[in-house]
Amino acid sequence: MSLRSPLSRVLGSGSAKEGTEHWWMQRVTAVALLIIGLWFLVSIAGLSAYDRAEMYRWAGHPFNAVMLILASVTLAWHSILGVQVVVEDYVHGPFLKVLALLLNKFLHIFLAAAAVLAVLKIALGDFSGDSL
Amino acid sequence: MSKDERPLSPHLSIYRWPITMTLSILHRMTGFALSIGLVAYVVWLEAIAWDVIPYATFYAISHSILGQVVLLGWLFSFFFHLCNGVRHLVWDTGRLFEKHQTITSSWIVIISAVILTGSYWLFF
Repeated sequence: MSLRSPLSRVLGSGSAKEGTEHWWMQRVTAVALLIIGLWFLVSIAGLSAYDRAEMYRWAGHPFNAVMLILASVTLAWHSILGVQVVVEDYVHGPFLKVLALLLNKFLHIFLAAAAVLAVLKIALGDFSGDSL
Repeated sequence: MSKDERPLSPHLSIYRWPITMTLSILHRMTGFALSIGLVAYVVWLEAIAWDVIPYATFYAISHSILGQVVLLGWLFSFFFHLCNGVRHLVWDTGRLFEKHQTITSSWIVIISAVILTGSYWLFF
């Protein structure tokens, strides 16, 4: 006999108070990165010089800027979920494990914020690249 | 009886190494490598945006022999993680779980990842 209410079963809530969220978001971000990753490789292959001026113009193009922001957030999100599992598997001891899990989240979110700000600076500034 | 002398249940060393195990380990390793690559991706964006880390330095490092080897490693990691990720998504639908199917799909993933990496590297 299960003591769980039909509602908690339907919400997928186990004793950890969360259900399939980790698994599901890993899949959602995976599909997103499939698209974004292939876009990135194709788009960047079309460039020629790879100097700063060309990268600035490329990253400042409105569509590319949007894709780069999406890439930064989605990469960090997917990476948090992946590294979290690695930490849970290999880092033991309550203090070290919690510390590693916190650092995992903080560092990833820092990277994502820094990346988004960089793209915004490029896209909202003078994106002709002439001023470089 | 000390802890060390107790009989253990069969562990990794006792089994013949299956190809599926290699893929599973590689999936985690390439995933972690790509997480490290995320740092390089952000540094690259910062270099383009601000030149705080001089872009010329970034360019020189990424075009050195060591830089090229690392980039090739990340490229392979990307394609491998992508192909094996698709394999996982297929599994999520409940398909291709038979033993012979997992072995076949292992080889498809390895060959696809190598071909994609090679052709992109040469084309690029």
